[in-house]
Amino acid sequence: MAVEVLDEAGVRRALTRIAHEVVERNGGGAGVRFVGIHTNGVPLARRIAEAVARIEGIEAPPQVGAIDITLYRDDGGRLGATARLEPTDIPFDLTDRKVVLVDDVLYTGRTIRAALDALIDFGRPALVQLAVLVDRGHRELPIRADYVGKNVPTSRSQKVRVELSEFGLADAVRIEEAANGTR
Amino acid sequence: MALGSRHLLGLENVSAGDISLLLDTAESLVEVSRREVKKLPTLRGKTVVNLFVENSTRTRTSFEIAAKRLSADAINISTSSSSMAKGETLEDTARNLAAMAPDCIVVRHPASGAARFLAGVVDCSIINAGDGSHEHPTQALLDLLTIRQRMNTATGTGGKDWKDLVVTIVGDILHSRVARSNLYGLKTLGATVRLCGPPTLLPEEFRSFGAELFYDVGEAVRGADVIMMLRIQTERQSGHFFPSLNEYARYYCLTAEVVAKASPDVIILHPGPINRGIEISSEVADGPYSVIMSQVANGVALRMALLYQLIVPGADGMRGSEVSQNPLTVAQTPPPADEIEVATRPVAARAG
Repeated sequence: MAVEVLDEAGVRRALTRIAHEVVERNGGGAGVRFVGIHTNGVPLARRIAEAVARIEGIEAPPQVGAIDITLYRDDGGRLGATARLEPTDIPFDLTDRKVVLVDDVLYTGRTIRAALDALIDFGRPALVQLAVLVDRGHRELPIRADYVGKNVPTSRSQKVRVELSEFGLADAVRIEEAANGTR
Repeated sequence: MALGSRHLLGLENVSAGDISLLLDTAESLVEVSRREVKKLPTLRGKTVVNLFVENSTRTRTSFEIAAKRLSADAINISTSSSSMAKGETLEDTARNLAAMAPDCIVVRHPASGAARFLAGVVDCSIINAGDGSHEHPTQALLDLLTIRQRMNTATGTGGKDWKDLVVTIVGDILHSRVARSNLYGLKTLGATVRLCGPPTLLPEEFRSFGAELFYDVGEAVRGADVIMMLRIQTERQSGHFFPSLNEYARYYCLTAEVVAKASPDVIILHPGPINRGIEISSEVADGPYSVIMSQVANGVALRMALLYQLIVPGADGMRGSEVSQNPLTVAQTPPPADEIEVATRPVAARAG
């Protein structure tokens, strides 16, 4: 059984609000760089960057990079080589930049821990903030998001499914009951 | 997605799917060598032994750098500094190394079949880094990666498909493990392969691999998309296969004049080390069609991809096919089906 917590308009509003908050917190958005975590974080980062450009009335959106954290995971033994690698591409220097890391769902915090490790290998940002479309709780590490599209209380047995138009689906966030109750 | 075997002994029985998986993984890792911090934590705590019973600079360094960029501990053993110089057999050396529990042994050996032999003796992944005149699969894979990048076959955007590709391999085909591995890989992917060399170094039997044979280099490269030159291996030339190096060079050296007969956007590969003026002229080796340096750079990414795919567990159900007589590998039970289902990338990204 799936319950929709965000529809197309909901996703759009959430990302627009995040973009406003990014501009407000950082005194403008032009100098901020966005880095999306594969897979869903990358199009979300692009959308936020475009929204920032609209808000600020600047022509070119702030630059967006992409990282794959598969090789930085702490559970490589469990997921390991079953995951296909996506290209990591950060086409700008991070050093002394304000960087907003973008992912779709914040859960245990382990993905973000890995992403921070990956990010640091590319340079030393002035600061790193975290933006997520959904925060579902159940953190296992001391990590929190700076910008949250929607807080969604879940149980560990549930799954949060994020579908995006970039991958040929209508934008939506749904909560599903996992069949086997594992994740 | 996982490789069909825990070893890479040759490309003869590697499927097109496994080749693509390795090339795709390598493509994603090319970028690591351009980073400021060229290191990933992926293979932390893993050990890779480079057992080189035959000389090598490129391959050994490439494997060592690949292991280190993935945070594995790489140990190099070469014949002159090891107990093999005292007369220890390959099997004893390998058993002793295996007792120290490495995760992977990379082996180069002058005897064909040495890698397969080791795979039956020890219980860790074996990578063949060249065995006699048999196979050199990582060289072929990095050649395929280099060809794929240049021909843009991966994306299909205006690029060629493997089926439309004509590859000419020139030189000492008889002794070349690079030629054999490339032949297997290219035929698996569907490319047309032409082999060229003096008749003494190009046995008729190679027709049975599905290759076309040529004895004139000008004819062999006509319209070719890729020219792969082989080194004249003086160390394996025990017999008199051609009268003199000068005469070989006169008929088979790749000069600008010969290259002009190939496709206008031809690329030229050479596994190195090159003998300038013998199989390839300096003008061509350093010229615009040469991708020799890309091959070397791709070698690190390809070997990182291979170490990652072989060492990182998570696909145990697929393993053990290569050495099924080994009870240790057979005893591993595959994970239940629903766990495999959960372990796909998109779900993992959301779950984290």
